[in-house]
Amino acid sequence: MLSYFIKRLGLAAAIVSVAMFLLFCMIYLIPGDPASVALGPRATEEMRAALREKMGLNQPVLVQFWNFYIGAWTGDLGDEVLSGRPVTTVVLEQLPYTLALIVGGITWSVALGIPLGCWAAVSRGSWADRVVGILSVAVIAVPSFVIAIYALLIFAVELRWLPAIGAGEPGNLGDQLTHLILPSLAVGLGWVGYIARMVRASMLEVLEASHIRTARAFGLPDRTITYRYALSIAILPTVTLLGVGIGQMLSSAVFAEIVFARPGVGKLVYDAILTRNFPIVTGTVLITTVLFVLLNLLADLIIGALDPRVRSSF
Amino acid sequence: MTTLRIDNLNVTFSTEAGPLHALKNVSFDVPENRIVGIVGESGCGKSTLINAILGLLADNGSVDGGSILFEGQDELTTLPPSRMRDLRGPRIATVFQDPMGALNPVISVGKQMLNIQYRSPLSKEEKLNRAVEMLELVRIPDARAALVRYPHQFSGGMKQRIAIAMALMMEPALLIADEPTTALDATLEVTTIELLKDLQQKIGCSVMFISHHLGVIAELCDDVVVMYAGEVVERGTVRQIFQDPRHPYTARLLECDPARQSERTRNLPTIPGEIPDLRARPTGCIFANRCDRVSDACSAPPPDKDIGGGHIARCFVADTPAETGVTA
Repeated sequence: MLSYFIKRLGLAAAIVSVAMFLLFCMIYLIPGDPASVALGPRATEEMRAALREKMGLNQPVLVQFWNFYIGAWTGDLGDEVLSGRPVTTVVLEQLPYTLALIVGGITWSVALGIPLGCWAAVSRGSWADRVVGILSVAVIAVPSFVIAIYALLIFAVELRWLPAIGAGEPGNLGDQLTHLILPSLAVGLGWVGYIARMVRASMLEVLEASHIRTARAFGLPDRTITYRYALSIAILPTVTLLGVGIGQMLSSAVFAEIVFARPGVGKLVYDAILTRNFPIVTGTVLITTVLFVLLNLLADLIIGALDPRVRSSF
Repeated sequence: MTTLRIDNLNVTFSTEAGPLHALKNVSFDVPENRIVGIVGESGCGKSTLINAILGLLADNGSVDGGSILFEGQDELTTLPPSRMRDLRGPRIATVFQDPMGALNPVISVGKQMLNIQYRSPLSKEEKLNRAVEMLELVRIPDARAALVRYPHQFSGGMKQRIAIAMALMMEPALLIADEPTTALDATLEVTTIELLKDLQQKIGCSVMFISHHLGVIAELCDDVVVMYAGEVVERGTVRQIFQDPRHPYTARLLECDPARQSERTRNLPTIPGEIPDLRARPTGCIFANRCDRVSDACSAPPPDKDIGGGHIARCFVADTPAETGVTA
């Protein structure tokens, strides 16, 4: 178990290193001089040169990468161009908002997707199955920013049930939660569809298995068979899917944060791109990469906890 | 008393190419405390028969005609699903063919054995003790520790013994064993058969033992039912069937058993031809197209001829003993 965990952490570190390399190449190849952007159009050539020197832009490429790489592992992602604050601090300030949004999105998708998928599988071929099937495809097909805008218009502007913008009053948990409902729905609704379809498909497969026939032959109640004997296995591919899906939710979060004017890393990176604030872009992408890799590791550990066969191979 | 009496049972599946008559006029009894072997090649309707008895036919399958009478009082073909569920497990327990997949992979053995006792008024501790007792009976080493283990931590033979322990723990009146030893290797097969016979006598239940292994049937069973293409072509005691087969199919089937070959041969005998398409059953004898004693009479449905002593064969020429074929 421990050796498995260490192996997986090593792999995660390798993935993050590759991501760092790609990120560095991308930033390096983008035209435009961060020093000129930072100083504005009225800066003199000397000022630009001084800043380039300070940011290390005059050094050889490999040295620049090495400094970036070592700095990143020690938590130093450089300073922001505009205010000069450390990038790590800026991103970590915003991260909890996005994390809350993602967790909210996962909660929506799991809370709705799993029961719907189960229901569709158990009543296969019925009208319920068809309605769930059509709705799933519909919510998968509609981009999350469209859902975000309509959710905002209907529930916040027209019905006035829920607040429209912001993340709620700091320290007031209830207020923060009500501010979370709509944006997290926008992030998670598409995933309700994915998960419902996934759960339906794997439930149908598991329900055909011979151990389910054994359970029926012992006269176990349908409810026990569906939820304890079948769903506990059918849920496993869904957990893996969610692990991968977090990446997509992170990009949905950008739209949700812009539409609902919420703070968060999505909003941060969007503003940073518009202002060519490259250290922020790099830092945000890197930290979300780490987040993604860690959440995937968590998904694998959850599967281990749910499936004794996987656990014993750890 | 007869534990199970099947009378003129018919089962049809609706398929895209029309109705498939999977069981046709199937009749036989499973008397109390006896082991009845059901034998036949793949696709002869053995599994359909089990599913019909358990009320677990696929959605496109239905019983249309005939009766399955359990313990002289419950007509299984018309029993409401909830009553049927109450019989499955406590009264009719089943051991399936595939020991690898028969147990739930993510639930511990102890938990599974606890779950199937959900109707019992015993306390959790007593139920677990009962599970341990049964596991010891099927010779699972360190039975108490086995409770917290998962199916993948046991070998195939052990899994099958656990499945048998689970079935017999219910103390059923009827145990249905669907090829329980087919997936096991020869040595395990023998021990499993011996164990099954031993436990059957201890618990005193009737057994319906499905197999295509004639040696196992001869060893274990009291009575034999020979099935071919969804029909019972011959039934009787083990002695009657093995010593004096009256249906040409039974005779050919016995010839094909490698264990019966008296001398070394390169060519094992086979029955030429194939099972007819069950969507278009012939009006006459179902075996006519492969039979070496076929005559013009066989184009009419053959009668169930009573040879005496409960020995019945569905064939026109059943009155005369089948020729013991030439052993190649």
